[in-house]
Amino acid sequence: MIAYNFNWAVIWRNWDAFLGALALGLGLAVVSLVIGTIIGLFLAYARLSPSPWISRPAWAYVEFIRNTPLLLLIFFVYFGLPEIGIYNLDKIQSFILTLSGYAAAYMCEVFRAGLASMPRAYGEAAKAIGLRPWQRQRHVVLPVMFRITLPAVSNNLISLFKDTSLAAAIAVPELTFTARQINANTYRVIECWLTASALYLVTAYAIAIALRQVEKRYAVVR
Amino acid sequence: MDPDCSTFFCQAWTARWSLLEGLMVTISSSIMTIVIGTVLGFVVGLILTYGMLPLRLLARLYVDVMRGIPVLVLILFTYYGLAILKIGVKPYWAGVIALSLFCVSHVAENVRGAVQSIPQGQHEAGMAIGMRFFQRLRWIILPQAVRRALPPWVNTALEIVKGTTLLSVIGVVELLLASQQAIARNYMILQFYMAATIVYIIINFSIAQAAAALERRYAYLRY
Repeated sequence: MIAYNFNWAVIWRNWDAFLGALALGLGLAVVSLVIGTIIGLFLAYARLSPSPWISRPAWAYVEFIRNTPLLLLIFFVYFGLPEIGIYNLDKIQSFILTLSGYAAAYMCEVFRAGLASMPRAYGEAAKAIGLRPWQRQRHVVLPVMFRITLPAVSNNLISLFKDTSLAAAIAVPELTFTARQINANTYRVIECWLTASALYLVTAYAIAIALRQVEKRYAVVR
Repeated sequence: MDPDCSTFFCQAWTARWSLLEGLMVTISSSIMTIVIGTVLGFVVGLILTYGMLPLRLLARLYVDVMRGIPVLVLILFTYYGLAILKIGVKPYWAGVIALSLFCVSHVAENVRGAVQSIPQGQHEAGMAIGMRFFQRLRWIILPQAVRRALPPWVNTALEIVKGTTLLSVIGVVELLLASQQAIARNYMILQFYMAATIVYIIINFSIAQAAAALERRYAYLRY
């Protein structure tokens, strides 16, 4: 029989550290999502561009990111940037840079699908009332596209939140790193990892439920 | 660093065996995980669709929990957890177990989605010609569902290949850690990471191409 005595006091003593670390992870995910959304939108338009000189590089970037392990990208940026003379990024900034670039590739795919699924008539109707190309995108296409892609965007936010755990590999003090440290200091292995898992799980589902409400509020009625 | 061996290719040649060994570990842990994950995931997926209520709820709980926890946490939990419970397994196996737990949940969800996407009429037609449940599953539902589950299954497989890099965190010398060890000797950071990246891209592209060929070969509707 495996004997293991639980001692939850260690967890309560470090509860603030756990919550702070969780908040940091959540912040990293949200910031990366916002930056990734902006870059991803440009990438999506680039991929749909009729000129191969614009669409091919965007395609190459997206395929490169999507086929490379995130951990490798994190190391690449964190250890590689100083090699090419960029020294002034700390580990959090470097991680945000990586995760944003990573998110951008995934958001590009989401937006590309969203733009492709837009009925052609929308653009034509906007043209008919005399909107300029930029106005058509700004006032007609994008608002609808964002609503269509909202479920995919919220899925991406949840994945990004889970991906922030990889920041532990470059010692960003987020939840996984903190759990590992407390684990090493106190040797309360099961309690530590159960707590970390539960916090990730609860947060991921809280995000999912909250965004489901937003999706319902902004759903496109067809 | 040896002045006679200051190019990337010379350094890579010096480290060739450890890099190759790392590549083999990446490949073997990927295959191991995908095989275990696919077999168990298939069963769990069928339980999710057709299981008795308590069994189904259990499977649902398992899948939802696994999908809500980052893979890295699963790996660290398994690694440290098995050690403290005095179950002696090598880091490699702790990693494969953790990745398989993750893989099972994803495959199960893919299988459930594919099976449920087959119209009810197919079941009813099978019933009408007197087939039993398992016969309907074997001859009507699964042949269609497997084809629909293939594209998401490939995505899961790619996730697993990329996920094996996380085993480096618990000290399994797979391709990423082998590259890092080479970098620790010669500081050729960009070159070795780039090389590793290219290898991962090649692996993933081959899997995607093979899957696309498979899909074309077994499609009911040939385009």
